Amino acid sequence: MSATFRPSDVVDFLVIGAGAAGGVMAKELSTAGFRVVVLEQGPYLTEKDYRHDEIRYTYQAGLTNDTKVQPITYRKNESEPAKLAKAIMYGRQVGGGSVHFTANYWRFHESDFEERSQFGEVPGAGLADWPIKYADLEPYYTKAEYDLGISGLGGANPFEGPRSKPYPLPPMPVKSSGVLFDRATKKLGLHPYPAPMAILSQPYQGRAACVNCGFCEYFGCEVRAKSSTLVSVIPVAEKTGKCEIRPNSYVRKIETDVQGRATGAVYFDANRREIFQRAKAVVVCANGAETARLLLISKSKRFPDGLANSSGLVGKYLMWDTGGLAMGLFEHPLNEYKGIQVTRVIHDYYKADPKRGFYGGAGLDARFNYYPANFALQGMPPDAPKWGAEYKKMLSTYFTHTMTVLSHSSSLPQLRNSISLDTDVKDSWGLPAMRVTFDFHPDDVATLKWALAKQLEILEAAGAKKTWASGTAVEESMPSVHLMGTCRMGNDPKQSVVDRYNRAHDVPNLLIVDGSSFVTAARQQPTATIQALAYRGADFAIQAAKKA
Amino acid sequence: MQTTRRLWLSQCVGIVALADIAAAQQHAHEAVQSSTPPPFRTLDPATAAEIDAITSQIVPSTDGPGAREAGVIYFIDRALSTFDVDKREAYRTGMAAVQKKRQELFPGSTKIAALTNEQQIQLVQGIEATDFFELLRTHTLYGFLGNPSYGGNRDHIGWKLIGFEDRMVFQPPFGYYDGEQK
Ligand SMILES: Cc1cc2nc3c(=O)[nH]c(=O)nc-3n(C[C@H](O)[C@H](O)[C@H](O)COP(=O)(O)OP(=O)(O)OC[C@H]3O[C@@H](n4cnc5c(N)ncnc54)[C@H](O)[C@@H]3O)c2cc1C
Ligand code: SF4
Repeated sequence: MSATFRPSDVVDFLVIGAGAAGGVMAKELSTAGFRVVVLEQGPYLTEKDYRHDEIRYTYQAGLTNDTKVQPITYRKNESEPAKLAKAIMYGRQVGGGSVHFTANYWRFHESDFEERSQFGEVPGAGLADWPIKYADLEPYYTKAEYDLGISGLGGANPFEGPRSKPYPLPPMPVKSSGVLFDRATKKLGLHPYPAPMAILSQPYQGRAACVNCGFCEYFGCEVRAKSSTLVSVIPVAEKTGKCEIRPNSYVRKIETDVQGRATGAVYFDANRREIFQRAKAVVVCANGAETARLLLISKSKRFPDGLANSSGLVGKYLMWDTGGLAMGLFEHPLNEYKGIQVTRVIHDYYKADPKRGFYGGAGLDARFNYYPANFALQGMPPDAPKWGAEYKKMLSTYFTHTMTVLSHSSSLPQLRNSISLDTDVKDSWGLPAMRVTFDFHPDDVATLKWALAKQLEILEAAGAKKTWASGTAVEESMPSVHLMGTCRMGNDPKQSVVDRYNRAHDVPNLLIVDGSSFVTAARQQPTATIQALAYRGADFAIQAAKKA
Repeated sequence: MQTTRRLWLSQCVGIVALADIAAAQQHAHEAVQSSTPPPFRTLDPATAAEIDAITSQIVPSTDGPGAREAGVIYFIDRALSTFDVDKREAYRTGMAAVQKKRQELFPGSTKIAALTNEQQIQLVQGIEATDFFELLRTHTLYGFLGNPSYGGNRDHIGWKLIGFEDRMVFQPPFGYYDGEQK
């Protein structure tokens, strides 16, 4: 049923990247009657290709970008030489990061869109209000939750903005980590609630419910219960007969005409042949890191500094997946390796408060995201032996008796943090490698430390026999998996890359819809907001295209 | 995300070649089926015995089977002939440095495998801060606790030790505390 188009066909929309946002775009545009081609650099895998194989999905690149073929360089700041490092990680296949993500599905709070007005200026940072408010996005959050299949308990998080509908599915079964977290946080006067997850707690739209297999984060779901775009919206798009998903298609340039309008894109196919696909409009959904890189590579006479970059802000204000880890050992078995990763959350410490003396806040969750070998390598306390008889003995109880409280904390937008093109390193297709420049703001570190104290307090209140925690060095947080900023949204074309509808200020028929348009990083878990922006962006693109 | 694991992940890069993985799995199956140990593909038996002596200190066979019984050395051999071909050089130079250390600590000794248990422990203490030991430890634990189709974790020895059950479907309650709740 899936359509096939020729490169010479001028399709209505060319979508670049079939990930969390691209999948939504494909479905919305094709069901509205438009002809859509989606170019995805990664392969088209399905549930039959996935395995419970820790070696393949954590030791090897598995479902994520492979720095052997697409190297990345990293430096803390401009004065350092950039060195090869896997600083950034994302899903590289049809479905993108929605295939292997942990599936935490948090709406942003009302305050997230107005932090500059509410909190004030932060020295050294470019904190700004979004040009849209929570109320603008609320209908689209709801649409995403129903279209994709999200489990949760509406209204259970007292800090969340108003919602027009409850979740379509009840919460997932609570794990031992969730029970311990629930008890402890209530004892401390906090407000735990069931984690909203992009995972089916019951059968939904022809898909089966989760079977609690446990191989979830980093893995593709073998029963189609994880609500990736691969199993939810992409099949709907293909069924229209108007949408072609073209895998193994690595876009190397977005082309423009003399008027400065996008005309399509050149990509390498599986045999590394260059092909030009024509289109009336282009939608870039290549994520918060690759989108900026592609725009910077798409230089032309008319756009000498890269496409849509008259502001000079393409690639700037990169924000990071920031968070710290606290672990606790308990008397009885938790068997946390069974089931999904996260079942309980608190947002009591979410909002920034000037009284703390620094900007920032965090959402905390109860979880376990270790698999057997990873736990043995990295899950044990720092004071434990790393090998030998005693180590072996500890492993036999620690794996089943340990849980994590993780913080998801703020990451300030800073002009000096960026995605740019490496001047020396090329990828295996000869394109400039991605260069990441990133360091924490002092307030990011202050927030991490402050949150870690709260995390340990919770574990102790839960009765942990022993606790330990991660450090706060930026190197410990790599690779970043939440890719935000780099094509900031705003009303002023001099201060932003896209407008309030995700249209590029400089190119009228170019949309940029993914993590890159984020103005602030909230408290991580960006995917719900990325997808709400995609539903909203599609809505406006459809209206505009129908008028034209 | 879980930070310390990410740090570790950022340091390890492997070649993903489906054909290689299939080849490794094929060999693993052969290994499981035959009663005689499978032939090595990359390592020579003498080197394999030396590496095995070290990995058997990482997860020793005290109080039950360890790295040796789990077939970790066969996992390492497969890794070095498939997805970790590019780590062969690290093994070559790494093992040479370990042998040098052995000479230093125990003049007159000839092989790691021939050292006493106490001497082997002392040797590992002497190399535990090196990058090569970190690689060995990583391979050992993946071989001990990873999917048995790669040649290690024989009879689920590693999984049994840590209390991991290999099942596709689990029903709540999963643990003690959520059971208590019901
Ligand atoms: C291990 C892990 C756990 C995570 N857990 C969570 C979580 O619990 N909650 C949460 O909210 N987020 C989570 N995330 C992040 C989540 O995956 C991303 O936020 C989300 O997928 C981003 O959506 P996107 O549409 O912006 O980009 P992506 O989903 O990354 O999609 C971009 C797509 O574009 C393709 N592409 C890129 N460049 C090109 C090109 N030049 N040509 C063709 N195709 C291209 C990519 O291959 C990819 O498929 C997690 C990520 C990881 C890695
Ligand atoms: S835990 Fe559930 S959603 Fe996750 S991969 Fe397993 S069955 Fe799928």
